[in-house]
Amino acid sequence: MSKKKLVMVGNGMAGVRTLEELLKIAPDEYEIAVFGAEPHPNYNRILLSPVLAGEMTIQDIILNDHQWYADNGIRLHLGKTVQHIDRVKRRVVADDGTEESYDRLLLATGSNPFMLPIPGNDLPGVISYRDIADTDAMIDAARHYRHAVVIGGGLLGLEAANGLKLRGMDVTVVHLADWLLERQLDETAGRMLQKSLEERGLKFLLGKQTEALVAGESGRVAAIRLKDGLQIPADLVVMAVGIRPNIALAESAGIYCNRGIVVNDTMQTYDPKVYAVGECVAHRGIAYGLVAPLFEQGKVAANHLGNYGIGRYTGSVTSTKLKVTGIDLFSAGDFFGGKDTEEIILNDAAGGVYKKLVIQDNKLVGGVLYGDTADGPWYYQLLRDGQDIHEIRDHLLFGQSHVGDVGHQGHNKAAAMADSAEVCGCNGVSKGTIVKSIKENGLFTLDDIKKHTKAASSCGSCAGLCEQILSATIGGAYTPAASNRKPVCGCTEFSHQEVRDAIRQQPLLSIGETMRFMEWTTPDGCDKCRPALNYYLISTWPKQAKDDPRSRLINERAHANIQKDGTYSVVPRMWGGLTTSAELRRIADVAEKYQVPTIKVTGGQRIDLLGIRKDDLIGVWKDLDMPSGHAYGKSIRTVKTCVGAEHCRFGTQLAMDMGVKLEKMLFDMYAPHKVKLAVSGCPRNCAEAGIKDVGVIGVDSGYELYVGGNGGIKTEVAQFFVKVGSDEEVMEYAGAFLQLYREEAFYLERTCHYLERVGLDHAKSRVVDDEENRKALHGRLLAELKDAKDPWAERIAGVERNEYETLAL
Amino acid sequence: MAEWKAICHIDDIPRLGSRVVRPKNGGSGACGESGESGESGDIALFRTSSDEVFALRDRCPHKGGPLSQGMVHGNQVTCPLHGWKLRLDSGEAVAPDQGCARRYPIRIESGTVLLEI
Repeated sequence: MSKKKLVMVGNGMAGVRTLEELLKIAPDEYEIAVFGAEPHPNYNRILLSPVLAGEMTIQDIILNDHQWYADNGIRLHLGKTVQHIDRVKRRVVADDGTEESYDRLLLATGSNPFMLPIPGNDLPGVISYRDIADTDAMIDAARHYRHAVVIGGGLLGLEAANGLKLRGMDVTVVHLADWLLERQLDETAGRMLQKSLEERGLKFLLGKQTEALVAGESGRVAAIRLKDGLQIPADLVVMAVGIRPNIALAESAGIYCNRGIVVNDTMQTYDPKVYAVGECVAHRGIAYGLVAPLFEQGKVAANHLGNYGIGRYTGSVTSTKLKVTGIDLFSAGDFFGGKDTEEIILNDAAGGVYKKLVIQDNKLVGGVLYGDTADGPWYYQLLRDGQDIHEIRDHLLFGQSHVGDVGHQGHNKAAAMADSAEVCGCNGVSKGTIVKSIKENGLFTLDDIKKHTKAASSCGSCAGLCEQILSATIGGAYTPAASNRKPVCGCTEFSHQEVRDAIRQQPLLSIGETMRFMEWTTPDGCDKCRPALNYYLISTWPKQAKDDPRSRLINERAHANIQKDGTYSVVPRMWGGLTTSAELRRIADVAEKYQVPTIKVTGGQRIDLLGIRKDDLIGVWKDLDMPSGHAYGKSIRTVKTCVGAEHCRFGTQLAMDMGVKLEKMLFDMYAPHKVKLAVSGCPRNCAEAGIKDVGVIGVDSGYELYVGGNGGIKTEVAQFFVKVGSDEEVMEYAGAFLQLYREEAFYLERTCHYLERVGLDHAKSRVVDDEENRKALHGRLLAELKDAKDPWAERIAGVERNEYETLAL
Repeated sequence: MAEWKAICHIDDIPRLGSRVVRPKNGGSGACGESGESGESGDIALFRTSSDEVFALRDRCPHKGGPLSQGMVHGNQVTCPLHGWKLRLDSGEAVAPDQGCARRYPIRIESGTVLLEI
């Protein structure tokens, strides 16, 4: 069977992204031909401003070079403008007579700059700011002329003005509205921006309308005349007053258009064989001009062109960032607010910082940041997620680091960082390396950054910082997915929540079944999704679903921790941190017999034997004759205790006894991530219960329970959960909370991240306020752990023996 | 001189799993012909979900991680130490990473896995 033919008209970012997405999911579906009116392959239009400012070159911003088209078998017609679509015969004709026939047509004709209908708008020296040719014209003008006037104080106009100024021209911006960026900023922020641009030497004429452009003796533009009669010299006039979707071709072919080419949620036009994406499109009445929504459109269009038929584009909330080096502003959503909204404002005029957040019904609906935009991506994420913010409202304005996040506290001023500053401490990646990779490789997502630079790919604590760097580098092109809609990994479109729901509702009982039902795009998934699926299956259907050792990462499969040299570490369980002389003697004997190079006391109050060869593991376990400490698992780790009222003169409760009971209840409990507990016998809290997933602090009248603490990547103080009177209640509340976490959290979400997502109130309502539900949760936990077996004992008895034995050659 | 050696039965390797083959006197080989000495000569056997068997030197080109301990998916294995992905059929790292683990020819005769060494 011969391939179907796909023709794309327009060779810009939205269109080519659609092809990339299509090639990813259906590489052999189409024979593809592309028409581009410009003589260049696809380049990053967003980065024209840095090119104009002299910070980058054209070569730097090419996204898909000629080789890419060749490698993917795409026929590329450059410098050819399609003039006619024959929808009956299904073919397109270009201005030079080139013809291509199609089974599916993709219109990605983009937009045209709007030229003011005023006398002189066609004079030499009057240009728009849209493509490489315009940029070249400006660079050239800056070499030969002095006076530049930019009409339009929007994003593009200001970037053009800044670039021309940097190239030595004398630049005046004429703007109709009363303040700059009136569609992105409120008046306060607009004035602050104006002030700092004026300090850089730009001049502004606000609230002014242009009447005519005046020619000089040479015939080139020489001046601009305003409605109020003022005339100022201008050797170069850049019109940046807006763009209009380029719909001429579609209209001439009889495809229904209004503001743009009208499409439905699958990006299909009124002709079912014709799709459209990008700035030329009107979707639900909106034509988008920023690249992020256009990429979302491309993904949906590709999904339908590739015959998957499951994606829908439902519109976007956009955010804005001005790409003028040294100026930080960010805006998103409805930042003006109205009578139903509330505002939180910080205005430090002297310090040059302004922040305004607009809140409606306990949700962030918009915001403007000026001067300090480090938290822009975080606010944007909150806005997109529609997250309830009432719990964090009192410190919302001070940013993520005051709330608790995945960044190094106090170190998230991405824009201000030097290029040499280290971003990823795990892999030694500097800011400069990341920025360079973003620009050179045309990266648009955090995942891209992880793949190309390795930053944020280990512990992930710099993920927030990387997102900020991404956002600072490519501006509005960066849009994080709403967090509950982020796909599990590259193998699927579905999010963790959707996968969890499907497993429960269908029901699905095996990894293979889940992957088939949810149309996984890879045969066996990958090291990201398989462990997640395995966890979801066994936690949802503990008795029915079978654990798949092949979908466990090595530590959980071998029941020991792999070390950098390929040896393993062994941590036997010491309940509540208690041991005996007999156990210590056996440990000493094992250490000598197997020549263990390092013996270390861990932070979880037990002993780690490091440097064990894999084929010695079973022997070591057998000789130790102690249960597994699960120090290797996304599972219960330890319950740390102080000596408590057993010995301590301050102790109010029997902390060791309580700890041992908790640890025995939770033995062999797998969870979305590791789980650590602590029990302190008094508020002096020697067991450090304040940074544990569940912390128990004894007081005279009983126990206080704290949840969601974390002593790891970023210290997170546990939040007060409930006060109880008895040991039994500690077990019930702690067990129920952990079971709720086990049932609802996404894989690799620690309790603190889970609580950040769902809110502490949610957990309290399920566990503290709802007795019936609490008992049910606790009951399910106990039922699941009732038959827990020690994995080391099982392996001594012969389970998974293959894992530990080498084959001889 | 290369020779074919019978190693095990295909069912001794779990599907989507691996086994380590340990030579008595160490082995050799990065990419290409030249050998190294002194390093562990372990060879990792992998079995895919479609029952193909591949052999690579059990050493990730990145930082020497034991590939046999990684996760097998499709025709790739992910190194357990830092998550590099290597193609089982060529030993090449999946872009954007660059590197290669030596590949050994494998033959299966009525269930017996033979390795050319």
